[in-house]
Amino acid sequence: MDAESLPYALDLVAGGGGGLSSEKRAALRASLLLLRRDYRFERVRFWGRIQGIRGPYYIAEGLGGDRAGPRSRLYSLNCVEWSLLPPATEEMITQTAGLKGRFQGDPSYEYDPIEKKGEENERIYEEEGGPMIKEEIRLVATIDQIDKAVGIIPRGAFVKTPLGPVHENRNFEGLSLTEAKKLNSYFHFTEPVNLKNRTLLQKADLDPSIDFLDSLEHDIPKEFYILEGHKIPACNLNSAFIIIFFWILEHPAGEGRQPGGSEELAVARTDILPHPHD
Amino acid sequence: MADPSGEPPPEAQASPPSGQSSEQLDLGPGQESPPVQGPYQPTLPGQGTPPAQGPYQPTLPGQGTPPAQGPYQPTLPGQGPYQPIQPGQAPPPGQGPYQPSQRGQFPYEPYEPRQAPYQPHQPGHDTTPGQAPYQPHQPGQSAYEAHQVGQGPYQPLSQDPRQSIYQPHAPGQEPYQPQDPRRSIYQPHAPGQDPYQPQEPRGSLYQQQEPMLGPYQPFVPGHGPYQPHDPGYGLYQPGYSPYEDEIPDPEPRALAIQNAKAYLMKSSTKSGLNLYDHLAQMLTKILDERPINAVDIIENISKDVKWAQFQKKMDTLHDEHEMLPTFELAEKYKALFLKGTGEGGDQEPEEEITDSPLPNVMETAFYFEQAGVGLSMDENYHIFLALKQLVSMQPIQTCRFWGKILGLEMNYIVAEVEYREGEEEEETEEEEVIEEGGKEGSEDKDEEEDEEKEDEPPKSTYKSPPVVPKEENRTGTNKFIYFVCNEPGKPWLKLPPVTPVQIVAARKIKKFFTGRLDAPIVSYPPFPGNEANYLRAQIARISAGTQISPLGFYQFGEEEGDEEEEGGAGRDTYEENPDFETISVMELVDSLSNWVHHVQNILMQGRCSWINPSQKSEEEEEEGEEEEKAEEPDEPQPEVGPPLLTPLSEDAEIQNIPPWTSQLSTNLVPQYAIAVLQSNLWPGAYSYAVGKKFDNIYLGWGHKYSPDNYTPSMPPPVQTEYPSGPEITEMNDPTVEEEQALKAAQEEALAAAEEMDEMEEEEDEDEDD
Repeated sequence: MDAESLPYALDLVAGGGGGLSSEKRAALRASLLLLRRDYRFERVRFWGRIQGIRGPYYIAEGLGGDRAGPRSRLYSLNCVEWSLLPPATEEMITQTAGLKGRFQGDPSYEYDPIEKKGEENERIYEEEGGPMIKEEIRLVATIDQIDKAVGIIPRGAFVKTPLGPVHENRNFEGLSLTEAKKLNSYFHFTEPVNLKNRTLLQKADLDPSIDFLDSLEHDIPKEFYILEGHKIPACNLNSAFIIIFFWILEHPAGEGRQPGGSEELAVARTDILPHPHD
Repeated sequence: MADPSGEPPPEAQASPPSGQSSEQLDLGPGQESPPVQGPYQPTLPGQGTPPAQGPYQPTLPGQGTPPAQGPYQPTLPGQGPYQPIQPGQAPPPGQGPYQPSQRGQFPYEPYEPRQAPYQPHQPGHDTTPGQAPYQPHQPGQSAYEAHQVGQGPYQPLSQDPRQSIYQPHAPGQEPYQPQDPRRSIYQPHAPGQDPYQPQEPRGSLYQQQEPMLGPYQPFVPGHGPYQPHDPGYGLYQPGYSPYEDEIPDPEPRALAIQNAKAYLMKSSTKSGLNLYDHLAQMLTKILDERPINAVDIIENISKDVKWAQFQKKMDTLHDEHEMLPTFELAEKYKALFLKGTGEGGDQEPEEEITDSPLPNVMETAFYFEQAGVGLSMDENYHIFLALKQLVSMQPIQTCRFWGKILGLEMNYIVAEVEYREGEEEEETEEEEVIEEGGKEGSEDKDEEEDEEKEDEPPKSTYKSPPVVPKEENRTGTNKFIYFVCNEPGKPWLKLPPVTPVQIVAARKIKKFFTGRLDAPIVSYPPFPGNEANYLRAQIARISAGTQISPLGFYQFGEEEGDEEEEGGAGRDTYEENPDFETISVMELVDSLSNWVHHVQNILMQGRCSWINPSQKSEEEEEEGEEEEKAEEPDEPQPEVGPPLLTPLSEDAEIQNIPPWTSQLSTNLVPQYAIAVLQSNLWPGAYSYAVGKKFDNIYLGWGHKYSPDNYTPSMPPPVQTEYPSGPEITEMNDPTVEEEQALKAAQEEALAAAEEMDEMEEEEDEDEDD
């Protein structure tokens, strides 16, 4: 959620219990602005909170001109001092795939990969000699995975310009009720994977400036997302836009992909529409 | 189109009578008709010689045709010398003759009407008034007039060298040039062009008079040859400079413009819109709204304009308002705020006088908000009002906002209440509910029994374990009664009491709630009951695991001593300690031993107080126990759990994960901080304490944390069908050798027997002997 509209946005997603205390809200309000100044971000978004045993991580992300481009992620333990996280790499994700259990809340905590991996394949035995994995790395990988899995936007909120960069669609005024109830009105806000595999016929109706992402309708399982039906037009601010918010679930089947299973994912992310105008 | 064409001619007609000065202007239009004379020119060839005389302009007066132009000459102030001549030709009469001349070309007049469509151009050809001045120059080119009319002012322009000359020379042309293109645009709109007409002639005057005169004449003859080709003008146009294009092709241009406009105005077969109107609307919108950087968002503006149109259409089709689901909800919320709905309103004041069981939800929310958990204040207040409604409806002794359990479709708001003692009505209701619950259990049993009867032939030896009896109301897991509703304002529904079987089964499964109490629970191992029972079982488990209070706030009742006899965990009641001394927040945070559970631990059996069912059930308990070791590993025996008011420090860890995380709500203002405890076993369960105040809340999915992902238990191994014994055990067939050996052995035995017989016989014989 955008730093500017954070207080308002937090109220809307508070239905799940994931609120922030007044202290944190006030702190965020100031520190995110400064983040934007210091790192020269065009936009700073509050990503969410990941609960640790010793305390939560607060995550923010900074965006440049291209909203779909690479983003910088920062974490903070107190909402005031922020530290930049390294960009996620494939290696990090494979490294941390076997880690289980809750986050410790200490970025320098080191996981012992041997203990976990010993139980698994022989291939992993080869990597036993590898170094300990810092929780910071796990945090990066987890955030990246969450973003890829459940970072979603409503259709039309972002447009792709002919030159490539993606930016907010200033004419986006929210989805109508009927549109908002359809899963294909929402897109994964990551590099599209399935889009290229679709047939020409399927692509025929797509608007290249809007439909440049994967839609949710082909996600498995179907119940991966829940639209909070009654909350859809929870707020109709100046009738300019409709707020929708989502509860992102864990895989009911528990694929094992999501580190730590349930609550990290369940707590981590709620998303909200961007304002059409700041 | 028609209008512009119509207007100029009237002016032209009106003007001739007017003074000469006006004539200039008028002449323009008057000559507009001459452009008509484009066709006119063919006649000119007849006058072909006169064009040749063009250079002779001074001599022109002698030429009959030129006199027709005579009238124009007076308009040309600069052409003083001609004027005397032309006046000689009686300017007014000259005009007379001129017009007549055109009229005289009656055959051409019909062209005029044709040109009527062109007249729009004619305003454009107002330039032609400019030509009026030329004509004096070109009087000799009486024939040229036609040209000039068509190309009139442009002729000079038509020739590139001239243009080069003119542009620098004649600033007047610059404005003039732009005007021409405008005309092309405006011509359709011609009515508005009137203002231009005067300007144009001026421009034409300036341009033509000064530079043109000299250069023209030589060129004029050059045009001579073209004149015969006049009809072919169109061909030459492309070769001409842009100016010429404009000039020579009034007709084709007009046609092109008309065609373009016709194309633009073609309405779409899909939307019924046309581009022409659309562009006009867009421009209007832009000019009205004056957006910044309009060019960058022009596409969006275009879209907006279209959408606006579509919406209008939609409106005509759909008169019904969209019924948003929020409306219904808002209605419910509104009902909460209405005061004094019948009896409820009357009762309120009484209850306020006595001790109201209504909890102060907002105060609790205030503290939890500091802890960074909790719902939004709006929702809290709605819940507050809903609880008030509940309290006024039911004979409730105590009431508490237990928390919120999230579901896939809807969420549950859970209220924990205790009925007043002696509420017989309620108790009977409870009993009914209990009976229902019991019935469910018994139904299961019956079904099983029925099945057994049907299956009689093989006669299963399976006996369902004796059902552990449910705990009585107000004790153990059924100490409280729980009400749930999906949204504040919706009716509160009472959950049935929980049975031990349900708790045991709930421990083995992990399901999302749907938000519908009657939803079936499809799972393995099967869960006895529907979602209401599952919800109740989870609530009981969560309560037992996470309801905590600061040490010393509760104490055992003194009179309850007898219960100790019942067992280690026998004490199941407590009361508030009147002498409770507050524990400092720092101590609460630092040491978990300052917190105690005030809800009884649930045994493996699914009960809080152990009861001895038959032996077989114990075996199952042990099985369950192994699975649940993580939860309650400190249980020495299945029968005894940790007693009530056990400190949290006794809680077990899960794979090195401490069961509780304690924090200060803020490190910045520690003197006003509160102690916050967060359960790692039941994510979503929080407690706070400050001074004498504390509370617990649960906001989550109703799932217990497990480090590993949930995997449903495997079905048990297939049962043996019959007791195995030697008789039915399969054996290898004896080999031949074995058979032979057996035979031999048998024979030996036989032989031995025979020998014995013989011996006996011998003996007998001996005896006989």
